[in-house]
Amino acid sequence: MKEPVFGQPAADGQSAWVLIFACWLLASSATLGSLFFSEVMGILPCVLCWYQRIFMYPLVVILLAGMFPLDRNVVRYALPIAVIGWGFAVYHYFLYRGYIPEGLQPCGQGVSCTEINLELFGFITIPMLSILTYTTLIALLSAFLKRTHR
Amino acid sequence: MKKTFMVATAGVLLVAAFIIAAFLYNTQKANDLSNTAYQNAEFLVRDYSPTKGDPGAKVTIIEFFDPACETCRVFYPFVEQLMEANSGQVNLVLRYTPLHDGSDYVVRILEAARLQGKFWETLEAVFTSQPAWASHGQPQPEKLWMYLGRTGLDIEKARKDMRSPEITDRIRQDISDARQLKVSKTPGFFVNGKPLVQFGYEQLQALVESEVRNQY
Repeated sequence: MKEPVFGQPAADGQSAWVLIFACWLLASSATLGSLFFSEVMGILPCVLCWYQRIFMYPLVVILLAGMFPLDRNVVRYALPIAVIGWGFAVYHYFLYRGYIPEGLQPCGQGVSCTEINLELFGFITIPMLSILTYTTLIALLSAFLKRTHR
Repeated sequence: MKKTFMVATAGVLLVAAFIIAAFLYNTQKANDLSNTAYQNAEFLVRDYSPTKGDPGAKVTIIEFFDPACETCRVFYPFVEQLMEANSGQVNLVLRYTPLHDGSDYVVRILEAARLQGKFWETLEAVFTSQPAWASHGQPQPEKLWMYLGRTGLDIEKARKDMRSPEITDRIRQDISDARQLKVSKTPGFFVNGKPLVQFGYEQLQALVESEVRNQY
């Protein structure tokens, strides 16, 4: 088996590239969407939202860099970041739904992570969007990994 | 080449969608704010609210302010300039929005100073000394007393007066009015009942000038 050369497209580069492109679109939309919530609508991000942002924003840059030319190793950097972000998203979602109790905290000016700030169409919440995005990212990156690292 | 084009197009489209959505959202919000202010006009001014300038002026700037807010401090001279530039045509009404820790203490001092007819002098001193008493991590509003010597305020009396329950009611009323009018940040301006939607010097100046033109 031949070792892949850095920066060289994999054998079935075309469809693999589309996977990374899709991930990049998703990460970019999530980034702009979260910025829309905070900067345009003025919804302050809670602490857990910040951690999810921290693991979402770099994906935009890493994936973009990995697309030109297609670097199959991009998944090695992007996937761990996405998995950690997914962990925060799951934790946040469970907290939000009340499956995990939020420790009693003194009232402050900070934003509570369990407060429902936005419900699109009555049922879509921000933590739900986050968990869906991260899950899809991981699925797409795993498909890419399977296709390129046999 | 085709890929570069695709990614660039997608990027441009995403950013364009963001900008358009922000524009639509802001337009919608501006309409909502104007409607809220229009429907809640009776919350804009209370009979006890501090007023400056010609009472007969046809243009009234209403400012919801927080004594600990830096932007309020920076804006204050600018608001005064606006009144001077349109002398006799523009007056000012202040409303309290103590959002920071320790701000309500300072509002109490201001109200106590008003009983002695020293409100505006005290406000001046409050803003000048703001960096000393209003640090966000650790506000120390008691420090303010040290800076009030030159205002001619009877400090002993003010310390007593500031505990009056009437002041508590006024603060509560102002905060509740601010909420009704959807003022969530300070300074919050209304000119003749019209909210300042896009915040900024030029925007406020433009709003005041357009009202002056309408009224005179």
